[in-house]
Amino acid sequence: MSTHALAGGIAPHRISAMVLRYWYLLLSSWPRLLELVYWPALQIITWGFLQNYISQNAGFFARAGGTLVGAVILWDILFRGQLGFSISFLEEMWARNMGNLMMSPLKPIEFLIALMVMSLIRLAIGVIPMTLLAVIFFDFNLYGIGFPLVAFFCNLIFTSWSVGIFVSGLVLRHGLGAESIVWTLMFGLMPLACVYYPVTVLPHWLQYVAWALPPTYAFEGMRALLMRHEFRGDLMAQAFAINVLLLVASFAIFLVLLRSARKHGSLLQSGE
Amino acid sequence: MMKVGTVRDQFATPGRDDAAAIEVAQLSKFYKATRAVDNVSFRIARGSITGLLGGNGAGKTTTIAMIMGLVLPSSGHIRVLGHSMPEQSAEVLGRMNFESPYVDMPMRLTVRQNLTIFGRLYAVENLDHRIERLAYDLDLGDFLDRANGKLSAGQKTRVALAKALINQPELLLLDEPTASLDPDTADWVREHIETYRKEIGATILLASHNMPEVERLCDRVIIMKRGRIEDDDSPEQIMARYNRTTLEEVFLDVARGRVQEGTS
Repeated sequence: MSTHALAGGIAPHRISAMVLRYWYLLLSSWPRLLELVYWPALQIITWGFLQNYISQNAGFFARAGGTLVGAVILWDILFRGQLGFSISFLEEMWARNMGNLMMSPLKPIEFLIALMVMSLIRLAIGVIPMTLLAVIFFDFNLYGIGFPLVAFFCNLIFTSWSVGIFVSGLVLRHGLGAESIVWTLMFGLMPLACVYYPVTVLPHWLQYVAWALPPTYAFEGMRALLMRHEFRGDLMAQAFAINVLLLVASFAIFLVLLRSARKHGSLLQSGE
Repeated sequence: MMKVGTVRDQFATPGRDDAAAIEVAQLSKFYKATRAVDNVSFRIARGSITGLLGGNGAGKTTTIAMIMGLVLPSSGHIRVLGHSMPEQSAEVLGRMNFESPYVDMPMRLTVRQNLTIFGRLYAVENLDHRIERLAYDLDLGDFLDRANGKLSAGQKTRVALAKALINQPELLLLDEPTASLDPDTADWVREHIETYRKEIGATILLASHNMPEVERLCDRVIIMKRGRIEDDDSPEQIMARYNRTTLEEVFLDVARGRVQEGTS
């Protein structure tokens, strides 16, 4: 892998080669394909029935018109987006293939773009059936949200990529001993991103932290849309601005960690 | 011990086609208190096969990894095919390749899928034809559509060699290419390395513990010990200098500190 992230420009044929590799991997294992659909489906069914139960017994939730189901789906976009990115990266570590890639002409930016494409593909396989289940069982049509859905989706997926790039850098530098961070870091954001409750529930000082996270804007925006039928374009614009900063920062950190891995010889030891 | 005096000033002009395949000047790599490679310098001419010999921990793999850009040197300079590494790696990575038993090919993909992906990464033209040719040359035809993880050790080594040759590299780095192979398969792999060098005129740097292999393949041998170069010459000259008939005996002399009269 070239040490210069952008030297000589980006080559689509190298990105497509990496996407093809992950596509082959995905198709080579039906349990992995099934797993992509299984967990999101389980999530939506569990939380959807819970929302049905609560809405029959509480006036507030009856008015809340699918905020719980909507939150579950948006959270899954965020979480599965990052997992889709990171699992493709981990495949290289598990396969001890990083050495082959690192000394090929593949550039870091091309590698990361391929991981982003795979995150979208894996997300589509997992989340589209989930949204269809929400329509069938809980009368919640995510696509009925229209344009705001695109804004929510983009902001959530950008954050998931930033987290994915950051944790991939950590694993590159510290080996598979750091793998658990891949699976758990996003859950650390969950209480602060206010997935299931409004920001105002948090202590005042913690609200500043929450508003530093782009997903908070998406979940607040979703609640505003579903409960007050109001699209908060200002929230989406702010989230987008923070996301741009996060993406740039995560890419810079990835390059620093890659350089550190080269300095410490970690790329030769892709195990623990 | 042989003195090696190459310094950066003697490097060939950047990017020149007649530059040496590999030029290494005063190269060192320290990990905290450990000196993995200590002030190593050498120059490898194009079209040659050079053996990098040494026991475990001698610094062979670290030296090769620095040449490939996988490890950053603590100090010193590397130039590959006339370009500084790792600064100009984008200029040369497509013209070189490597094979090591310590780096796997993805196990769940078939041989053909793996070769297709690496062929695309290296922008190989007429890729299907190239894969068919490699399958013929390296006798991969019977298992081209089988998952890499289901192959025997010998078959995996041939596939790894096919990956290393997919872009017809001008510079081929081989780290113990016949480790853990049976004698027949190992001999077969050596034959193909020789054939490839003759056909393409490629430069090959070969790290190995296998002394007969080095004697058979290499024009030149660099012996490393504790990160430093102990000797650097043709196999015949080194054996003569140590008054030995095989490189294995020389290796044991060096490893056990039995320097022969006449060597310095």
